[in-house]
Amino acid sequence: MVIKNKLAKTLVTTALVAVASLFSATSMAAENVGFVYVSPIGDAGWTYQHDLGRLQMEKATGVTTKYVENVPEGPDAERVIREMAKRGDKVIFATSFGYMNPMLKVSKQFPNTAFVHATGYKMGKNMGLYNARFYEGRYLTGVIAGEMTKSNVLGYVAAFPIPEVLQGINAFIQGARSVNPKAELRVIWVNSWFDPGKERQASLTLMSQDADVITHHTDSTAVVQAAEEKGKYAFGYHSDMSKYGSKAHLTATTHHWGNYYTKVVKAAMSGNWKPENIWGGYKEGMIALAPLNPAIPAELQSRIASMEKQIAAGTLHPFKGPVVDQDGKTRVAAGQTMSDGDLSGMDYYVQGVVSKLAK
Amino acid sequence: MSILESILFETIVAGTPLIIVALGQLIAEKAGVLNLGAEGMMAMGAIAGFAVTFHTGNPWLGVLAGMVAGALMSFLFAFVVLTLMANQVASGLALSIFGVGLSAFIGKPYESEILATVPTWRIPLLADIPIIGGPIFNQQPLIYLSWAIFGGIAWFLYKSRPGLLLRAVGESPSSAHSIGYPVIRIRYMATLFGGAMAGIGGSFLSVFYTPLWVEGMVAGRGWIAIALVVFATWRPFRVMVGAYLFGGVMVAQLFVQGSGLEINIPSQFLSALPYLATIIVLVIISRDQNTVRLNAPVSLGQPYRPDA
Repeated sequence: MVIKNKLAKTLVTTALVAVASLFSATSMAAENVGFVYVSPIGDAGWTYQHDLGRLQMEKATGVTTKYVENVPEGPDAERVIREMAKRGDKVIFATSFGYMNPMLKVSKQFPNTAFVHATGYKMGKNMGLYNARFYEGRYLTGVIAGEMTKSNVLGYVAAFPIPEVLQGINAFIQGARSVNPKAELRVIWVNSWFDPGKERQASLTLMSQDADVITHHTDSTAVVQAAEEKGKYAFGYHSDMSKYGSKAHLTATTHHWGNYYTKVVKAAMSGNWKPENIWGGYKEGMIALAPLNPAIPAELQSRIASMEKQIAAGTLHPFKGPVVDQDGKTRVAAGQTMSDGDLSGMDYYVQGVVSKLAK
Repeated sequence: MSILESILFETIVAGTPLIIVALGQLIAEKAGVLNLGAEGMMAMGAIAGFAVTFHTGNPWLGVLAGMVAGALMSFLFAFVVLTLMANQVASGLALSIFGVGLSAFIGKPYESEILATVPTWRIPLLADIPIIGGPIFNQQPLIYLSWAIFGGIAWFLYKSRPGLLLRAVGESPSSAHSIGYPVIRIRYMATLFGGAMAGIGGSFLSVFYTPLWVEGMVAGRGWIAIALVVFATWRPFRVMVGAYLFGGVMVAQLFVQGSGLEINIPSQFLSALPYLATIIVLVIISRDQNTVRLNAPVSLGQPYRPDA
């Protein structure tokens, strides 16, 4: 249920929590692991990938997992997290940025529980962080886009101008320009993580402005479908979205959390867990590309495969200097690579992006 | 298609679900029934339309199913507020939540399915007019339907006897009752019509527009349609103007963003612009107090007890 009404959200969440507490009163299993999801699991997307990770971890460790989906960020999240801690969950994973403060608050009240939060920046005595270097996959899709485009115009449907999204946009055009200096990128912000109608409209707009390879950083499959319909190319995001457009879908940057979840839960079970700040990418197996579309020439496919190895080995960095922003200012000098600190504060477009970012 | 043509084309597509839903709400409100459940009815229309189109391969059966689903939802509402006399605002909100939730539940198995795009209908000769011909006369078939609905409703409300009766029921149900008209039955019919339109609007989204089904895909359009009726002071033509204006500004701001024009306006503001522009324009054209008084149904939202 996606529920717009605030009151209803509260009521539904309260009801969920009430049901959850009924169960917790009877179950004494100590090896529970809880997951808090921001949206329904669905069939593709951010939460779907986390749930794949949960299932993989469950199989590998034998613990019982429970999840609550569609938890609004804010006070409701705090209730859900506290309820999980109260029923004795050993580890609790909260998989959205807005769960950061609620989780930090609850973590102080349950010092023996391991709290792990995705995509945030606050840690605690018993609260760790994890995130993935999505931009590594974006760079590779950019390389493919730069080679596959005929019009030299690429398109990007984006949700909100936050650093994580800007990293993706900039990595994409960096990749494209590394093989095709004439490539340019048009970006449209829809200011919503999820509105298939608007995402589709933005895609059509980009394609009417000559973009022939498009991608998105939002949560539906509308962009891939729109590209399929118009006979253009697209990249999926989060999940393999090839079934929504078998011709259009070149590949997708996909997220893989299973190994990490398994590691954390095993450590917690043996009492060795310590809060960490993990920002994993190709090297940690958190990022991968979906199977490449046969439309991509074999030569390019093998080049991508070797670039994947280089990224994993650390010899190829998407933001290797010179990185010049739209205004001509050098952000990373030649021969250097961008630091993690600069990456996480990214608030500009690099050269090659045609659209402007309001300041 | 040139840029101008694609803006026009997309504007019409974006405005259409709002027009269909808002015109249906307008009829219900003209009879004095305020149904805030449009979001839920649209969601049910969307999933019913998608599921039936998916199984039969026929988008028109899908639209029919969406219409029936919307009408059924509004029947539920009508029973609660017209027969049981419950509060219309609260019941409408409940219907919205219920419809969105139920559609998500029913729609689970359809989340990964896709439909073929319905081809546009090209109207000969008219589609050859330069610039406006393509966007207006080579459109998805439901868009022509929305114009037919508009014409029908405008005629019905202002030129026909039943339309006069419907307005009378909305103005003064007790007077209508005292001269022998079945107020409750008329309100039932108006509410069902509103639901059916919301269902068609929902099925337009899932069958013609995106075409896909995911929960929450209505994304607030039901609420926009309800607001549109109020800001358009219950006049069909203004509803249409408002819907296209909303769609137009939304599409235009996407084009501006993609074009790379040197504008220093945050994209968040651009995204809010369609709402802002629509409200401002409709408030300005509807600022005459007499127009508002003449067109706002007096008994809107108030229950009526025939025996009282």
